[in-house]
Amino acid sequence: MSKKTKKKTTKRKTSKKKWVRVDGRKPDELRPIHIESGVIPNADGSAYIEMGRNKIVAGVYGPREMHPKRFSKPNTGILRCRYHMAPFSVDPRRSPAPSRRDQEIGMVMTDAIEPALFLERYPRSVIDVFVEIIEADGGTRCASINAAAVAIADAGIPMKDLVSSCAAGKYEGNVILDLGDYEDKKGESDVPVAYLPKNDQVTLLQMEGIMTQEETEKCIELAIEGCKQIYEIQKEALKKKYGMVEGAEETEKAPEEEKPVEEAEEE
Amino acid sequence: MSAKFETRDIVVPGDLLYEGRIRTGDNTFRSEGNVYSNKVGLVNYSNDRVSVIALEGTYSPLVGDLVVGMVTDLELGQWVVDISTPTDAILTINDAVNKSYRTSFDMTTVLDVGDVVVAKIVDFDRRRTPILSIVGRDLGKVYEGFIMKITPSKIPRLIGKKGSMINMILRQTRCQITIGQNGRILINGRNREDEELVVKVIHKIEKEAHTSGLTNRVQEYLRTIKEDRN
Repeated sequence: MSKKTKKKTTKRKTSKKKWVRVDGRKPDELRPIHIESGVIPNADGSAYIEMGRNKIVAGVYGPREMHPKRFSKPNTGILRCRYHMAPFSVDPRRSPAPSRRDQEIGMVMTDAIEPALFLERYPRSVIDVFVEIIEADGGTRCASINAAAVAIADAGIPMKDLVSSCAAGKYEGNVILDLGDYEDKKGESDVPVAYLPKNDQVTLLQMEGIMTQEETEKCIELAIEGCKQIYEIQKEALKKKYGMVEGAEETEKAPEEEKPVEEAEEE
Repeated sequence: MSAKFETRDIVVPGDLLYEGRIRTGDNTFRSEGNVYSNKVGLVNYSNDRVSVIALEGTYSPLVGDLVVGMVTDLELGQWVVDISTPTDAILTINDAVNKSYRTSFDMTTVLDVGDVVVAKIVDFDRRRTPILSIVGRDLGKVYEGFIMKITPSKIPRLIGKKGSMINMILRQTRCQITIGQNGRILINGRNREDEELVVKVIHKIEKEAHTSGLTNRVQEYLRTIKEDRN
């Protein structure tokens, strides 16, 4: 008995010393992330992401003919992102009509993903990305960008790199990674970052709230570290789809079997 | 100067495939002297080049391809055909009937909006819009059968080495199958059961396209289904 009580007291002491986040994470710890690709059979590419309690589906269509045609460009393709929150994604219920916030985030996503694509290869066409928030828990724009990047890769659209995105911010005076809904709302500041790991490029950088210059720099660095972790998860998600097929031999022999045969066979 | 993966490893966009000078094959690009993948696929290192066999992909039209398309619009002297390319294809009257265009000619008697055609890509115009032709054997309007869609990058696998896969399916199911290079497959069988069998098999091929020894496995699969039915 006495041993047990001793243990308990020592534990409590250490926890008091250290500042702990609302959900018990370390300051530089991401929420648990789960990504799945190819969830919508009717779409050219799709992905589903769970980032903490965020649940988001992304579908990609195209490159396809643009309608209305007057919006198409003769020298390049266009990326259109639609961000939409389901009415039941937040409490209280949200109007399903697209709001100014949805439009803004759609534009921000477009700008974040565009540098990773070879849009100039698809003149007069459009790539449509539809993102639906099923459940929101803070940092939906970052999670949406992650899902959209996986969905675009799943659609087989050529990309220079996957886009990873993650937020960092300040809560109760501490710089922390990947803010949840509570930290997002009660915290002092929030910095969403989208990042192309291969080229070390930042494609989205927004900031909300007040921080010192040092804190901001620390935030951006922390967010980039988070992006790199997410990048690995995204890669895994894309490969997972082709992982195990029952009854398949290990892919050892006959790569020439895979080679494209030029002529189509008909009867 | 080194390969970063082994042949037939799965790679994703942005993966570094090769450091140093080498020729870039399909679905790869060069950046800062190194070669990267730009699609999800299986990497293939040969003597002098590195390429990626795409597992997913949109269809990029080539002259000579057989495609299955749907007429979406009628214009002056030409039809607009959707062949699931980034830009719609065009079929002119000259490539559809052996007549020259006259204003009195009623185009809907040949093809109307909603009709499905089996066509061949014969050319590209100055804006790289594909030009189709339906003059030829086995080409033209489709009257019966149904269409299924698969990822265009898996069409070569469905045909197999010198047509081994598709010939086997044709023998076993006795359906008429027309494979469009754009990922649309026209299936026409004697009865519903045979057609459903083809659909099942094609779905299996699409799902397992990246594995080896597929033709044998599909043959086995067909046999078990047929035995179950009898």
